[in-house]
Amino acid sequence: MLGHGSGGRLTAELVSKVFLPALSNPLLDRLNDSAEVKVGPSRVVFTTDSFVVNPLRFPGGDIGSLAVNGTVNDLAVVGGQPIGLSAAFILEEGFPIAELKAIVQSMRTAAERAGVAVIAADTKVVEHGKADGLFITTSGIGVVAGSIELGPERIQVGDAVLVSGPIGDHGIAVMSAREGLEFQTTIVSDSAPLNGLVSQMLEGGGTIRCMRDPTRGGVATVINELAKSSGVEIVIEEMAVPVRHGVRAACEILGLDPLYVACEGRLVAIVHGADADRALAAMRDHPLGSDSCRIGTVTRSGAHRVLLRTAFGTTRLLDVLAGAQLPRIC
Amino acid sequence: MKFLDEFRDAAVVRPLVEQIRETITHPWTIMEVCGGQTHTIVRYGLDELLPREVTLVHGPGCPVCVTPIEMIDLAIELSKRAGLILCSFGDMLRVPGSTYDLFDARAVGADVRVVYSPLDALDLARREPSREVVFFAVGFETTAPTTAMAVHQAARLKIPNFSVIVAHVRVPPAIEAILSSDDNRVQGFLAAGHVCTVMGIDEYRPLVEKFKVPIIVTGFEPVDLLQGVAMCVAQLEQGRAEVENQYARAVRNEGNIIARDLMAEVFALVDRRWRGLDTLPKSAMALSDRYAAYDAIRRFGLTQAPANEPIECRAGEVLRGLLKPTQCPAFGSSCTPDHPLGAPMVSAEGACAAYFCAGRLAAVSATEAK
Amino acid sequence: MCLGIPGRIIRIADEQGLRMGEIDFGGVTRKVCLAYVPEAIVGDYAIVHAGFAISTVDEKEAARTLELAREIERQLTEEDES
Repeated sequence: MLGHGSGGRLTAELVSKVFLPALSNPLLDRLNDSAEVKVGPSRVVFTTDSFVVNPLRFPGGDIGSLAVNGTVNDLAVVGGQPIGLSAAFILEEGFPIAELKAIVQSMRTAAERAGVAVIAADTKVVEHGKADGLFITTSGIGVVAGSIELGPERIQVGDAVLVSGPIGDHGIAVMSAREGLEFQTTIVSDSAPLNGLVSQMLEGGGTIRCMRDPTRGGVATVINELAKSSGVEIVIEEMAVPVRHGVRAACEILGLDPLYVACEGRLVAIVHGADADRALAAMRDHPLGSDSCRIGTVTRSGAHRVLLRTAFGTTRLLDVLAGAQLPRIC
Repeated sequence: MKFLDEFRDAAVVRPLVEQIRETITHPWTIMEVCGGQTHTIVRYGLDELLPREVTLVHGPGCPVCVTPIEMIDLAIELSKRAGLILCSFGDMLRVPGSTYDLFDARAVGADVRVVYSPLDALDLARREPSREVVFFAVGFETTAPTTAMAVHQAARLKIPNFSVIVAHVRVPPAIEAILSSDDNRVQGFLAAGHVCTVMGIDEYRPLVEKFKVPIIVTGFEPVDLLQGVAMCVAQLEQGRAEVENQYARAVRNEGNIIARDLMAEVFALVDRRWRGLDTLPKSAMALSDRYAAYDAIRRFGLTQAPANEPIECRAGEVLRGLLKPTQCPAFGSSCTPDHPLGAPMVSAEGACAAYFCAGRLAAVSATEAK
Repeated sequence: MCLGIPGRIIRIADEQGLRMGEIDFGGVTRKVCLAYVPEAIVGDYAIVHAGFAISTVDEKEAARTLELAREIERQLTEEDES
């Protein structure tokens, strides 16, 4: 029974119990944001992602820009410079052409900003009601420079956990436009291509162990993924996590925890402890990283978990949620 | 955020904890009634700050946890009707009914939508006149006035395609049930501040007189809860038993009379079997005769088939503070937040879910200590 | 139960015979029903639950609650010093 697609523990279960057993291979099993293959002397990275956002347009973007940036980011966080994207569209019969044009234009703008082109595409039309209006799947290929080595296996005790900016903007922007939850805010989606920021970090940021772009499930989910893959314990300082006032207010009203709210233009980086300041300087030098800060530390090995230290000095487990975080009245 | 941040200030919290430490000479078991209070305690680790002599027990004030399983089944059944839109607070979506939950129903094509307010559901009914919109009204006395207003508006504006499943319940009968139990261990209560903004605090005086336990009405921020614990401990140490209002910034002793008046018009009090507990007399609300046309169960000719929990689920004892979740044989094995047997394992503020998270923290630490 | 968040009333208007308002939560504003707080005026703070203001915030009481806690701090500090 599905309910599993929201990025939490149930999605992970679906992956581990259905997809991996059938499709398992050394590359897929790493469950990285992108898979790397050698093609001749080149290290080529490849990734795919589907975009099913509702509503299709929201403050700061739409499903089109999201689809481009999301895939560019999956390549970027493994050190890949994007070469080209493919885009496959599943449209409902009767979808307004004007709206489609606007979305495609938005994809073009996003692609130009990222310095990448959509080099292959496909379209299918399905019966009305079968596709929430429009679904877009983008895949991307990129190339990783020879000297770059990134991955959770490189994480070590003493490493610093950095984030490139305030969290939860995207999730709140989308929710503010969603029927039944509407509220007014100046918060816009943070959806953006991170390849430029990543380049700068890899060039001058010291020893970077690995990076992830938090999307569904938010920062808490990706940090948990890293802790589990690398087997370490990570402690996050609640007071250090950057959250905009508007995101915090929206989360308070809806009963949400910003740590689980989606971003689409942020990255989490684990860096050598001694290089934290250097990495932050490199990040802050880029417009998409100007509010970068340190939010935590890798404290020990063998624990596979993430802890949150509160403002009162107490500690709680920052676990992955079962499924999507839902607004509550309780 | 004003009136929120100041009540989360560590500098204000610390002296309150100190004061409790200095006052306490005896172990005390205190129950916080409301799920929202439980949520704050777990989120900030407040029980970690308190001296060992204070045992906090999580109470049944989690409407998600106590909504009868039969009503969830009815909501699920309705949601699957062609053309019908079932609106619900997000809290209810993953609470298991007899077979599955509303989230599962959505996965098989039911139109289930999360709303923030019953007025959103009413708005939806206005915008979609050809579709029936049903609002699943759960919650305690804090939420009941919001449903009452939505129903009252629907009647006034003559909106025919709107109806509600009323599952509202009252707090005092639950406190009475806990205190009346032979094996009750609770010695003091932290009552739910937002419920009391509506109902006032007078309803708790008879309970205090009958059972001689202190009841402190508190807010939901760390300062509120710790001050509430401090006030409760002070009473217990002094052998007093009174109703006190810690949340005076929001709770007036007389409550909200306008809200209660409308509730009295729109609802009638009925007996109800709470999920996990017994039938509590006059503990729940149903639509009054005057508004019966808006009752979804009546409108769609549904019958409530009695349903039972999986035998393994001990939610009732947990909700009454008689069993620690960790003492339940199913805890952590056949019952986890991913595969809950009962409601307290689902809800963000349910006792079982709270223990699950805290327990996993302790278990890893214990392993390392070896 | 009962997520209730304080916010400031910035606008009041009648909508379909219901007293409605706009409340500012510090970066987010939302339409809220004010029928249960007829005495509230623009500038007042209210506790909002499920789209309704269920009570106004008594600023003096709020200050008093915090002051009580601060008073304890002072007493404890005096005890430490003595």
